[in-house]
Amino acid sequence: MAKSSFWQKVIDIDRRWIYLVIGIVTFVPILKYIGMPVAVTSEVKAVYDMIESLPPGSIVMVPMEFDPATAAELEPMSRAVLRHCFSRNLKVISTAFMIDGVVLIERDLREIAAEYGKEYGQDYVYLGYKPYMQIVLLNMGENFRKPFPRDYYGARLDELPMMFGVNNYSNISCIVNINATSGADYWINYASGRYGAKLALGVTAVMATDYYAFLQSGQIFGLIGGLKGAAEYEKLIGRNKDVANRSMDAVSVAHVFIILFIVIGNIAFFVTGRQKRL
Amino acid sequence: MQEVTFGTVLWMTSAAFLTICIFSFLYRDNPLYRFAEHLVVGVSAGYWIAILYHTSLTDLWIEPLGASISAFGQPGGSFVAKFGALVLNILPGLIGLLMFSRFFAKTSWISRWPIAFYLGVSAGVALPLFLQSFVVRQVAANMVNPADIFGTMAADLTILFNYGNSTLLFWQGFGELIIVVGCICGLAYFYFSAEHKGIMGGAAKVGIWILMIGFGATFGYTVMSRISLLIGRFNYLISWVSAIGDFLRI
Repeated sequence: MAKSSFWQKVIDIDRRWIYLVIGIVTFVPILKYIGMPVAVTSEVKAVYDMIESLPPGSIVMVPMEFDPATAAELEPMSRAVLRHCFSRNLKVISTAFMIDGVVLIERDLREIAAEYGKEYGQDYVYLGYKPYMQIVLLNMGENFRKPFPRDYYGARLDELPMMFGVNNYSNISCIVNINATSGADYWINYASGRYGAKLALGVTAVMATDYYAFLQSGQIFGLIGGLKGAAEYEKLIGRNKDVANRSMDAVSVAHVFIILFIVIGNIAFFVTGRQKRL
Repeated sequence: MQEVTFGTVLWMTSAAFLTICIFSFLYRDNPLYRFAEHLVVGVSAGYWIAILYHTSLTDLWIEPLGASISAFGQPGGSFVAKFGALVLNILPGLIGLLMFSRFFAKTSWISRWPIAFYLGVSAGVALPLFLQSFVVRQVAANMVNPADIFGTMAADLTILFNYGNSTLLFWQGFGELIIVVGCICGLAYFYFSAEHKGIMGGAAKVGIWILMIGFGATFGYTVMSRISLLIGRFNYLISWVSAIGDFLRI
């Protein structure tokens, strides 16, 4: 039963060999950029179109809720959205409701703003972190100054020229929430549901399928899902060689191998007759 | 290009070392992995306290409390208003301090009061809105007029057969049909008060297929998510090696 013993070996393979193969096939395409095509989906294009349609000087809110653990997916997305906003001379208000990401997000905002010569307080404002997100979101619907008397750097909001006359969501053209948590529900519930703000979401790939329902119901106008969504957005703003696009090669190759492993695993499962013993 | 200093290399090397410590768990559990795991828990706790103090406690409690105390030393204004403001600013702090009663077994029950207050407020605020956003709006999105769907599909097919080009509205209508049918069949699978036989059984079977397709899509996205995280770490390790190269002028 040589055939059977081969498949038995496949079934009994040490999983660390699989880790090693996935590690290698993911690592190699990062070193050598191939440039596999990335197709733009309508849900990502909708976010791009909305920002593209806003007149210069409009205020876009880009709340970013991610931490180092999810930065690999959401940081390229945030950077692409911020680059688009600043390149269109839109003003940006940002918050960070995930405590581990407060400093990370501040750095991203500062670096991208500097790329486009934007000035803090004039062109963008960073409100930082506040606990109990749902209460903060509700309060922001009344006035940003209630939950955020001061910005992240300690300045009173009324001291910042960009915030003159900007009180709540009604003064914001749209919100693009980049979120790695279930906090995205709160944005749908309070900012969009309670106060009627135009909302789009940028979420990790794990979360993406949960939020397509809200896209279909019209509660959000766009959805950027995971690194693929980030790559699409980079492509739309003409930055085809940024980190998300370069990473898509590795994603594609790794996916092919994972599918291959699933197929081989299933064949081995049936050939060795294990399904009968279940 | 930003200059790479010794400090940059030192911090990047620490982060790279910790990344490798975490990866070592893929081989098997070991002290290096546990060291990195404990470190992240400890550092996070300290970091959270610092961030919470600087971004929340100072401007939402300490400053307003200080202002309401100093208001007593300023002329004008009614005493009742000043006293009311002081009480309003003391109360949140007091309620928050009750949480520390958990440190003592005899008084730990007191900590239930701030928890109850927070849960009560959250539930009161959230429930009506959650029902609206996550139930009513979702149900409404599935209430599509079948005549509209079939009308759109028929119109598109007419254009296709008469003029040879499609407006793709057929597929939009087809998608809406799948959503409505999928939703009804999915719900049929979870309806346990009738035996899954006949029409009900058929609908439940379609419901299982719809659910499996949904789980498959979620699994696919999850795989992409995990691979993305691995890529993120690999990108970091590559930037670490290149930073060392820049520092040593290799």
